[in-house]
Amino acid sequence: MFGCEFYIDPSRCIGCQSCYQACEECETHRGHSMINFDFLDREQTVATAAYVCWHCDDPTCAEVCPADAIKQGEDGIVRSALKPRCIACSNCVLACPFGIPKMMVSEQMMMKCDMCYDRTSVGKRPMCATVCPSQALAYVTPEVIGRRREKPTNVFYFGGQRVTTRVHMMVPSGADSISLDVADYIWEEAYATPSRA
Amino acid sequence: MARIPGSAQALSEQFGPHLNYVPAGGWQEESRHPAERLVKTHCCFCGQQCGIQLKVRGNTVIGFEPWEEFPFNRGMLCPKGVKRYLQGSHPDRLLDPLMRTEQGFRAATWDEALDFTARRLREIQERHGKDAVAVYGGASLTTEKAYLVGKFARVALGTRHVDYNGRLCMVSAGHAYKAAFGVDRSPLPWSDIPKAEVLLIAGANIGECAPITTDYVWRFKDNGGHLIVMDPRLTPISRQADLYLPVRPGTDLLLFMGMLHVILRDGLEDREFVALHTTGFEAVAESVKPYDPRTVAGRTGVPPDAIERAAHWFGEAERAIALHARGIEHHSHGVESCQAVINLCLATGNIGREGAGCAMITGQGNGQGGREPGQKCDQLPGQRSIDDPAAREHVARVWGIRPDEIPPKGLSAVEIMEAIHRGEIKALLSLCFNPLVSLPDANFTREALEKIEFLAVIDFFLPETAQHADVVLAGSLQEEEEGVTCSTEGRVIHINQAVRPPGNARTDSAILCDLARRLDKGSFFTFASPREIFDELREASRGGIADYYGITYEKIDRQMGVFWPCPSLDHPGTPRLMEGGKSFHPDGRCRFIVAAWRESGDPADEQFPTYLTTGRVVSQYLSGTQTRRIGALVDQYPQPRVEIHPRLAQTHGIADNDWVTVATRRSEITVQAMVVKTIRPDTVFIPYHWPGRRSANQLTHRTLDPHSKIPEYKVSACRIRKADAPPAWAREATSNPSGSNPERNDGSARASSRERGDTPPGIKAWS
Repeated sequence: MFGCEFYIDPSRCIGCQSCYQACEECETHRGHSMINFDFLDREQTVATAAYVCWHCDDPTCAEVCPADAIKQGEDGIVRSALKPRCIACSNCVLACPFGIPKMMVSEQMMMKCDMCYDRTSVGKRPMCATVCPSQALAYVTPEVIGRRREKPTNVFYFGGQRVTTRVHMMVPSGADSISLDVADYIWEEAYATPSRA
Repeated sequence: MARIPGSAQALSEQFGPHLNYVPAGGWQEESRHPAERLVKTHCCFCGQQCGIQLKVRGNTVIGFEPWEEFPFNRGMLCPKGVKRYLQGSHPDRLLDPLMRTEQGFRAATWDEALDFTARRLREIQERHGKDAVAVYGGASLTTEKAYLVGKFARVALGTRHVDYNGRLCMVSAGHAYKAAFGVDRSPLPWSDIPKAEVLLIAGANIGECAPITTDYVWRFKDNGGHLIVMDPRLTPISRQADLYLPVRPGTDLLLFMGMLHVILRDGLEDREFVALHTTGFEAVAESVKPYDPRTVAGRTGVPPDAIERAAHWFGEAERAIALHARGIEHHSHGVESCQAVINLCLATGNIGREGAGCAMITGQGNGQGGREPGQKCDQLPGQRSIDDPAAREHVARVWGIRPDEIPPKGLSAVEIMEAIHRGEIKALLSLCFNPLVSLPDANFTREALEKIEFLAVIDFFLPETAQHADVVLAGSLQEEEEGVTCSTEGRVIHINQAVRPPGNARTDSAILCDLARRLDKGSFFTFASPREIFDELREASRGGIADYYGITYEKIDRQMGVFWPCPSLDHPGTPRLMEGGKSFHPDGRCRFIVAAWRESGDPADEQFPTYLTTGRVVSQYLSGTQTRRIGALVDQYPQPRVEIHPRLAQTHGIADNDWVTVATRRSEITVQAMVVKTIRPDTVFIPYHWPGRRSANQLTHRTLDPHSKIPEYKVSACRIRKADAPPAWAREATSNPSGSNPERNDGSARASSRERGDTPPGIKAWS
């Protein structure tokens, strides 16, 4: 799977939850699904969204960890907490701008998506992106993703925080970053960070 | 005679459905004892027939691995495919034949169970005639088993009454295609879908019922195609539609006629194609004249300009495809709806070219292959008509009997149940069919089963219908017997045997052959393996429409499937039918057929002013015999709910999660409301996968399409009201969280995962 990257496109998600069910079957954490899945607002829409960890270049979860339990590999993948170190304080759960880490009370540790390093390291695609029937979760080459209408970005703004990630979000052609806060689009001289001019 | 023995609760304690959450040995078992082999095969559920690899250790399926090389799904799977392996080690699995007692069922030996079955069938036939016994087959069986069911009924029992649960699924489309094209198969391979310019998806909830097809639709969109979705509900794929047509249930046919009206009015038809390759155009053109967009809008609830635009997109495209499924087919005019789709394609020259045509999306696993080899009441192997003397002669020669020994056409599935209710059919042998849940008007079905003199069921679990049985013969799961199926594309694929049936369970074909021997017809059923059945099937289909003669297991493996017809061993198969517009009729022409409008058999009125429509959810399959036993799939959508638009909900004072009673002219059930803006305000929807007081089919009616005999599941007249209290089934369920299931095979890891609350929030569980 050399040259493949992970792309997420909620507009293609059909809400089948195959990713959620298949993640639970992965050998390194069998019985625990690391997928974050949601119906956005079922009364209003059938829209659904399934997410893996975005694997931030500078992972907030690791930065706020008081026990130094969250490590990023040389491959850029942010791993689950190291069991001997994790103190189950949930700092990472609260701090992650994407809401990804899960506190597993029974295991007394944080667990999260590790992008199936056990599979990718032996030439397989991550389980969720392999089974996803709509390819809302896709692990493909930039060339393959280039055939889609939407374009990938990996730059996000959360208030003043600019986050770049290993995993890409598919956005409408022309958008080069994603912000969730109207304030990010407003011109306010005193708070002109990030600059969107 | 055949009331449920003992108490329903005692039966469910013994036979489930229990919820299996964890693989045999626990979640960590595979780490300690890895799989010994991977078996390349296909999913046991829907008509997509996705390639999958089963992880096997010893005689147990312990998990799955995606099969990325298989070209149809390239590793993709829906949640049912992911979790299917949990059936293998399921605690509800039948390991012995069962005999009915006063209190329930007891295990028996095969000799006792089969001798008893043969004796009872023989007694009833001697007393009441051969046709007093009927046989039900199913479309989840391999093609070998389906072939055997048809031959068993006609040769071992000599009855005319053999039909299958595909009668509830594919027959409207099949009948229409056979009439128009002379062949009953989707004419195009799915690889054509991304190549179209316009795609009309009519009455097909692809995201939930054919999930893998979604990827084909999205690639079509990536190529710049325009997507038209026609459905009373905004289904998951509708989010990407360029044009959404919110058709009123039961009026799809009018919408197709309105589109053809516009196409002909504006001169968008392909005159050259019509002249060279079709017959009957003028009558159809005349028939759609009254259906101008304004008139059609009034009946369908689709705006006139949307009808105009849909017609223009479809008519002006160089390549257009229409995909349809049960939404337009489950009607008293289901055949006509399909004919109207075909008329649209013929008028615009969209047949027999890459990226152009129409296709039915098969619902059941072997929905296509299950109807070709002769378990349908009107057909012999090879999709041959049972009325055709030449066909009878050919098949009689292969079977080694005289043509006049083949019984004539019998009753269809629903008609068989009605004949049982009338007391005309006294005994039934049923496999791969759970009519108590899947047939319309479930209370009528229950009455019929209570009257029947003798019921024998072959199954691997004890589904609701089998609780009425006198004898249950413990059969095999899909992965326990080799064979072939034919996918929705017409691709014949190879089901590999991964494990042997556990305990004393036996393969379905061994059971049928053994039973034939006990009926003194063993010489016609000497098969030692599925391969021997397949070889006879190849001969029986040879020269027919669905010609399998040139297909072998090895060729399927080599080519990753073979599309029929494949008339000789050196023939590569036929992915696209009717290339160049040449049909299977003797004159080579496609038939325009006038599709006449008929009202629903259960029309709305002041008493019952709301439309009820039924269908599936993604995590459940058909009558739930298999999927209601898999914990993760049940959690995803635990109980049936009724979808209601806020506008309709408000007029009845109903809020989300309220208990709502839905009543039709036959019965009423009470389920929880799901108040959503994704359904028409004059329509409610309930999925049909559950039994008893949760069964949507308590509400549906037995009106059949006169040609195809498909029931009109997709529209009933109903009224709704807010219920005063939760129904009894929910009160019982509250006291034990797995619904009607007092026990669960729940791994501790999963139990704790539930405490953590990390199951998907999704559809809220009943409360």
